[in-house]
Amino acid sequence: MAARGCGGVWRRALQRGPGGSCSASRPRRAVACNARGGAVPVGQSGLAPWVPVVGLEIHAQITSNSKLFSGSQVQFAAPPNSLVSFFDASLPGTLPVLNRRCVEAAVMTGLALNCTINKKSLFDRKHYFYADLPAGYQITQQRVPIAVNGSLSYSLCIDNKMSQMVTKTVRIKQIQLEQDSGKSLHDDARSQTLVDLNRAGVGLMEVVMEPDMCCGEEAAAAVRELQLILQTLGSSQAIMAEGQLRVDANVSVHHPGEPYGVRTEVKNINSIRFLTKAVDYEIQRQIKELENGGTVVNETRAFDSKLGCTVPMRDKEGKQDYRFMPEPNLPPLILYDAKSLPANVNHQQVVNIDWIHERLPDLPSVKRAKLVELYGILPEHSFTLVNEDGLMEFFEDVVKRTQMKPKKVIGWILSDLLSHLKQHSLTANESPISSFLLADLLNLLENGDISSSAAKQVFEELWKGEGKTPLEIVKEKQLELIQDQEELEQICQAVIDEREKEVMAIKEGNKKVINKLIGLVRKATRGRANPLLVKQILEKKLSE
Amino acid sequence: MLRASLRQISAALKEGQITPTELCQRCLALVRSTQFLNAYITVAEETALKQAEESEKRYQRGQPLGELDGIPIAVKDNFNTAGIETTCASNMLKGYISPYNATVVQKLLDQGAVLLGKTNLDEFAMGSGSTDGVFGPVRNPWSYSRQYKEKSIPRSDSEPENSNWVIAGGSSGGSAAAVSAFTCFAALGSDTGGSTRNPAAHCGVVGLKPTYGLISRHGLIPLVNSMDVPGILTRCVDDAAVVLGITTTYIFVCSMSLFRRLSQSKLNSIYPIYIFLFFSVSCHVSGSLAGHDPKDSTTVQDIFQPFALPTLTDVSKLSIGIPKEYHVPGLSSEILAVWSKAADLFKNAGAKVVEVSLPHTHYSIVCYHVLCTAEVASNMARFDGLEYGHRSDMSKSTESMYAATRREGFSDVVRGRILSGNYFLLKQNYEDYFVKAQKVRRLIANDFVKVFGSGIDILLTPITLSDAIPYVEFIKEDNRTRSTQDDILTQAANMAGLPAVNVPTALSERGLPIGLQFIGRSFQEKQLLTVAKWFEKQVQFPMIQLEEVKKHDDGVLQHQKSASFS
Repeated sequence: MAARGCGGVWRRALQRGPGGSCSASRPRRAVACNARGGAVPVGQSGLAPWVPVVGLEIHAQITSNSKLFSGSQVQFAAPPNSLVSFFDASLPGTLPVLNRRCVEAAVMTGLALNCTINKKSLFDRKHYFYADLPAGYQITQQRVPIAVNGSLSYSLCIDNKMSQMVTKTVRIKQIQLEQDSGKSLHDDARSQTLVDLNRAGVGLMEVVMEPDMCCGEEAAAAVRELQLILQTLGSSQAIMAEGQLRVDANVSVHHPGEPYGVRTEVKNINSIRFLTKAVDYEIQRQIKELENGGTVVNETRAFDSKLGCTVPMRDKEGKQDYRFMPEPNLPPLILYDAKSLPANVNHQQVVNIDWIHERLPDLPSVKRAKLVELYGILPEHSFTLVNEDGLMEFFEDVVKRTQMKPKKVIGWILSDLLSHLKQHSLTANESPISSFLLADLLNLLENGDISSSAAKQVFEELWKGEGKTPLEIVKEKQLELIQDQEELEQICQAVIDEREKEVMAIKEGNKKVINKLIGLVRKATRGRANPLLVKQILEKKLSE
Repeated sequence: MLRASLRQISAALKEGQITPTELCQRCLALVRSTQFLNAYITVAEETALKQAEESEKRYQRGQPLGELDGIPIAVKDNFNTAGIETTCASNMLKGYISPYNATVVQKLLDQGAVLLGKTNLDEFAMGSGSTDGVFGPVRNPWSYSRQYKEKSIPRSDSEPENSNWVIAGGSSGGSAAAVSAFTCFAALGSDTGGSTRNPAAHCGVVGLKPTYGLISRHGLIPLVNSMDVPGILTRCVDDAAVVLGITTTYIFVCSMSLFRRLSQSKLNSIYPIYIFLFFSVSCHVSGSLAGHDPKDSTTVQDIFQPFALPTLTDVSKLSIGIPKEYHVPGLSSEILAVWSKAADLFKNAGAKVVEVSLPHTHYSIVCYHVLCTAEVASNMARFDGLEYGHRSDMSKSTESMYAATRREGFSDVVRGRILSGNYFLLKQNYEDYFVKAQKVRRLIANDFVKVFGSGIDILLTPITLSDAIPYVEFIKEDNRTRSTQDDILTQAANMAGLPAVNVPTALSERGLPIGLQFIGRSFQEKQLLTVAKWFEKQVQFPMIQLEEVKKHDDGVLQHQKSASFS
């Protein structure tokens, strides 16, 4: 910023209190709700059940080169105040100029969420004084947002069982375009606040979900699905850890048949795990409060992830009147469709809804259906593939390179690869075993070159990431199946000779005992015997 | 020489009768000797001379940039100028140096104009007298003219002659005084409720408020975004046309079709002119102030084509409307007489002169009050002392720092408007005040649409209730009362976004200028100025006779003979 008298640092006497008071060890109550939806939690008194109601407001940062109303670059973790235009710093006389890319991203998102796109939407100013809001107002879409009346379907599993999934729908009230604020960094030691305006003016889509959810798990599943949709569209990277997706949860509880209770808003939740916790905590807190004869006050709270509880936000105390008014420097935003597009118009100057609609990529729900149809895998497996970052692409790459049936591949992907990834908090893209290597390994297995237990050993070796190919590992560790019939027959005979008791049992009709013998052969061969072949040989020998 | 018109001096520069540096130096000398007018807040002597030097080189090479090359101009101190203080006559911005030029300033500089300095105004352009800024009031140059001195009677023997000086009008009083006193050849003002036309009328210069959306507001520190328009102050109509770029006329294919939609658009739309938001495709329109600015989304998208302002010889095809609602209580008999004389002038020349009605005009004051204060409250929110401008030493808490900064930085007038504006915007008041005011605004705008739709080409109205009054009289009423009284005849054009121009018409009995207003159709500046030019020629408004100027000027060129209209 070149303006004279302008400094990035300013002093501020801190008014923030010491973290609030909440006990980390609170009694756990019965599950707040379960995903079948009908059930309601019962309070301690056991007299009347409570119905929790959860609505969400989600701010998604739009992926764009420049900010919503200025030409400054958008970039995460750039040096403080290095991406600030005159407009972003609210220098007098500067005016907003709408970024077309942000409009397209919002239209795309609106279409993907089954919204009605408003052909004419308006911008408004929302006023409040805060250090990281240089103009003293935020430009948003309060009266007529760009998209309204949509819906989002999401699925979640009941009682943590993958096989029992239910699909639910939450109504989308609206999507509005608005500016992000800057960041305030409070330096407690020196009693000052530092302001970074890099984020000030970055385009946001605020997605408002109706209060159609009833617990943390549902809220989390809905947000996860939204996140996937945004990432698929490319309208937002939606990385919560980088603040590209921030969730405010509105929570209230009431008795069935009664009007909704007073709600609280838990603001700025920045992980899906915290969202589940924050919502469930808040529901429990409100129930407890009400059952103890207290009241719930309409307030803004924050989730303290260390203590695992919500605490009132001091600087949001008191009722704010935002004194909304139309943004006079931005005329109505007019969008067109194929029908209304005026002739002789420069296509760079307008946004055509139909054009965007035709180019929407496959959404997660469509991807899942296609996976089930194409590969014959179970629907719940398709969920895992799509919901885990990069896993679907990994799976498809492996399938392409192996003769193994996708139905068998999925087992390796989900139970072996994914569990390893989870253990090490990695995504599929960061896997030390590439899709190439896994495909090679599965081919060895499929060709009968190695047994499945040998394959697991190779997998473990590959995970170490030492750069060896599966074949090299197999050779090195001598894991090839014994192809020599005679050798196998000798080993089998040796086992039979050693185990008179078991042989007797089998001959007396207890056929199951043969498995024990198979196991012994496998042990003797260190997993290098084809179990089917071993079974055949044993059966033949025992029937002699 | 200094009394020449812009076009005349431009010709003199081209012919080498005077060099840009000489011209600049003379103007600067006159600025110094007329310092008592308090027309300028900042005189940018050094940069002006540098610009003149650059211009001189271009003339020497035989490659001047155009008619404005080497012409000394002044800019109201609410336009951003890179490297030169921009104060808005407020403690809040005292010492503030903007890092960028307003689009209009940049365009003038790109055409070779020499920026002499920044002119005085009411704080943040809130006022109608140019008396309410932290740098003190502007004095009307006519207070020191032979015409006024001869006719004014000293109030009493005990009072010094000095106390008789009259106000310049406002809020662009500094710009009007600067042009009127011959210190520059053109000046930029801003016009939200009459702020260019009112001081133009009092100072006897041409003051043009173009159609909303024709000229970029980027870099103009806003008063009311939906009404603000950069204004042009010059010695004559032709000069205003030159500055506007009406040596270029434009094709309004797009705007006219949009304009037609105006009458169908909803009552509560904020824009008097129906403007669509288009996404900017980078383009560069040079050569005139008018035209689309990618930095201002409320400017129109049209393309301009050169065309000279014609000299009208036949007015018989013209239809002049005389709105009866402009015959307001308080209108001086003198002004009324000048107004009806002007109407007769058109009638006698063969034009059709008809009385018309703009029935919602008298709601305009209260409506303006709500809309203006609401936007002021919002626009002033950015002055919190953090990023720029004044910051109080108070450091007890952020909130107390904000409060002290704004208390110290803003005058009572500004704070008063912020307070009422915030009141109107409160959730419980919004529908009752702001939304209603917007609807009334639409009705006011529709009045004009109807009148112009009935075949009227131009409206002719008074612009001030009387000639300029002495400062000592003016300050007997507060800013709000004065603004209310003085804006009454000019405001409606801002509500409707229409182009309007003050043409100096006659001298009052006290020897002070009286101007009349022409209001045209949206984007029909060419027609408006053509008629204004015809009228200007008929009335032969006398030139101000200032001792100070005579001392500095050789008087070779005089753009008009002093013949009296009255």
